[in-house]
Amino acid sequence: MATNTDPPTDGPTTTDHRTTTDRTGRGDDVDAPAVRAPDQGTAREAAAEGREVQTLVRRRTRARMAGFVLLSLGAILFLFPFWYMVVGSLQTEPDPTVGGAFPDPANITLANYADINSRLDLLRTLFNSGVFTGGVIVFTLVLGLLAGYALAVLDFRGKGLVFSVVLLSLIVPFQLLMIPLYVMIVRTYGLADSYLGMILPFAVNATAVFIFRQFFRSIPRDLFDAARIDGASELQILLRLAIPIARPAILTAIIVTFIGPWNEFLWPFLITKQQTMQPLAVALANYITTIAGRAANPFGAILAGATVLAIPAVVLFLAFQRYFLQSDIGAGIKG
Amino acid sequence: MAAATDAGPEGQYRTPLRQRLFGVHPIGYAFAGPYLIFWLALFAFPIGFAVYMSFFDWFFAAPGAEVDRPFVGLDNYTEVLGDPSVRRAALNALIFIVINVPLTVVLAMVLAYALNQALPLRTFFRASYYVPYVTASVAMIAVWLWLFSGGGLINQLLGPLSPDPSWLVNSFWAMPVIALFATWKQLGFYVLLYLAAMQNVSDELYDAAKVDGAGVVRRFWTVTVPGVRSATTLVVVLAIIIGANFFTEPYLLTGGGGPNGASVSPVLIMYQEGIEQGNAGYGAAIGVLLAAVVMIISAINQFVLEERE
Repeated sequence: MATNTDPPTDGPTTTDHRTTTDRTGRGDDVDAPAVRAPDQGTAREAAAEGREVQTLVRRRTRARMAGFVLLSLGAILFLFPFWYMVVGSLQTEPDPTVGGAFPDPANITLANYADINSRLDLLRTLFNSGVFTGGVIVFTLVLGLLAGYALAVLDFRGKGLVFSVVLLSLIVPFQLLMIPLYVMIVRTYGLADSYLGMILPFAVNATAVFIFRQFFRSIPRDLFDAARIDGASELQILLRLAIPIARPAILTAIIVTFIGPWNEFLWPFLITKQQTMQPLAVALANYITTIAGRAANPFGAILAGATVLAIPAVVLFLAFQRYFLQSDIGAGIKG
Repeated sequence: MAAATDAGPEGQYRTPLRQRLFGVHPIGYAFAGPYLIFWLALFAFPIGFAVYMSFFDWFFAAPGAEVDRPFVGLDNYTEVLGDPSVRRAALNALIFIVINVPLTVVLAMVLAYALNQALPLRTFFRASYYVPYVTASVAMIAVWLWLFSGGGLINQLLGPLSPDPSWLVNSFWAMPVIALFATWKQLGFYVLLYLAAMQNVSDELYDAAKVDGAGVVRRFWTVTVPGVRSATTLVVVLAIIIGANFFTEPYLLTGGGGPNGASVSPVLIMYQEGIEQGNAGYGAAIGVLLAAVVMIISAINQFVLEERE
C-alpha cells in the first residue's frame, strides 16, 4: 500500500489514481501501483489532488486498521475452540480453568488418545469414514462428469428437462427424504450396517453436476468438434480430452464433496448400529452420549477423538484451499 | 442452444429424422442416464413414498410380515399439528432462525467486506473463518460441550454471572447456545459466498461513491449491501434450510433435546417418532410439512428480495 501514499506529482486530470487505491482485495494481497494519467493538469490542481489523496489515505489507513483489528478478534474467536480442543486432548486431566487454555509442558500426555482408541478403535472407524467418503466421491465424480458433460457439450432432446431435474434436487430439503430412505435402505433392501447403504443417498449430488457443467461450458466447442471430426466417440472424448482438462474442476468437486460425508452424522447414525461399521463421527457421538455425565471428567478422551476427527478435513482443506475457494461452491449445500 | 454448430450444415445432406426426434447427440441420454436413474431411485421415488406414507398408518414390521397399514387420510397431519412437542420444536426452530439468520447475515457481510480489502494476513484470516465450517460438527460440539459445561471455561470466566442451571441444561439458554453454535460453525461458508458476490460489485460504483466523499461505512451501506443482495437471498434461504434441518446439535449438545424439550428440533422428533418409535407414517408427515414450510419460506424470501432489485 505504501506505494500509493505519495501524492501524484504529475497532475492527473482524471481520478485514475483512486481507481486502484481501495478496491485492491481481488486476487492477491499485493497492491497494484496506481495507474497515472498522462500529464495534463496544472501544478495547482496537482497540489489540491495531493491533499485530497492524503486525506483519503489517512482515512483509508484508519479503516484498514479497524478492519484488521476486527478480523483479528474474529479469528481468535474462530480458532480458539480448535486450540482448546488440541490442548485439552493433551492434558492428563483436561483443565477447564482459564489457565488450562495454556498448555503446561509438564501436563502433556498422549494417554487420552490411547484411551479413546481402546474404546472406539480409531483405525477401524477412520477406515469406515474413509470408505464412506471415498465411495461418495467416486459416485459423485462418475455420475457428475457424465451428466455434466452431457448437459454442457451434447445436444439431445429433453436436455432442459434433465437440467431442471438436477436443479430440483437442490431445493428439496433432506428431511423429506429421511424417513422413506431409511425405510427403503434399511427395511426393504437390508443395507443397514453396510457401506453401500451409507453411500447411496449421497450419490445424487447436484452440486458436482453443476461444477462440471459450468466447467465444460467454458471450453470452446471447437475442441470437441475437432475430436469428433477425428473420429473419436463421445466416450473417448470425455475420457481422453474432457477429463484431463477438467482437472481443476475435479479437484474442486472432490474438496466440496469430501466435507459432506466426512462430517456427516445423521445418515450414518441412522443406519449403522454395529460399531465396527460406524464412521468416526458416529462412533464418537455415541461415546459422548453414553458416557456423558457418568465419568467425572470424560473430556480428555472425547477431545482426543474430536481432534482425530477434525484433523484430516482441516489439513485437506488447508492444502487445497484455492480449489475450495472457487466461487462455484455457491451451490455447495445439499439441504 | 448450441445445436446450430452441428445441425446446420449436416442437416442439408442427411435426413435429420433421428436428429429431429432425439437431437444431434442421442448419446446424451446414455451420459445423463446414470444420474437420472439414481435421481429417480434415491430422490424422486422417496419423495413420492414420503407423501404416500404420510397418508397411512405406516409402521415398521418384520421383513416379509403381512401387516395391515390402513389409509388414514390426514390423520397423521392433524396429529402432528396437535402434538405439543412438535409445537415446541417448531417454536425452537423459530428461535433458532431468529437468532441465527440476522447474526449470520450481518457478521458474514461485515467479515467478507473486511476480508475484501487488501490487508496483511488475509489468507490466514480467510482460512481461520472457514476452519469451523470444514470441521465435523461432532468434533466441534465436543469442544462446545466442554466450554459450556457446568465448570467449563465460559462459566469460569463469567464467575457469579454464569446461569444456573448451566447453559446446556438451562431451558432458557439451551436454544440460544445451539443457535450460536450453528452460526459460528457455518459462518465461514457464508463469508465465502459474500466474498464471491463482492468480487462482482463493480469498482466504478465504489469510485463514484468515493468521489462523492463517502467513507468506508457509507460505501458499505450504499454500494456493498445492495450489490450483494442476491447473495443475501441465498444466505437467508440456506440459513433457514439449516435452521429447519438441525439435528446433531440438540441431539449431542443438549443430550437429546434439552430440559423438557427446550431445544428439541423438528428433525429430532422425526427421528424419535418416525424411526425410534417406528411410526414412519407420522415421521413422514412431519417431513412433508417441514419441507413444505421451508420451500414456501424460500420462495417468499426469493420473491421479496429479488423484487426490490
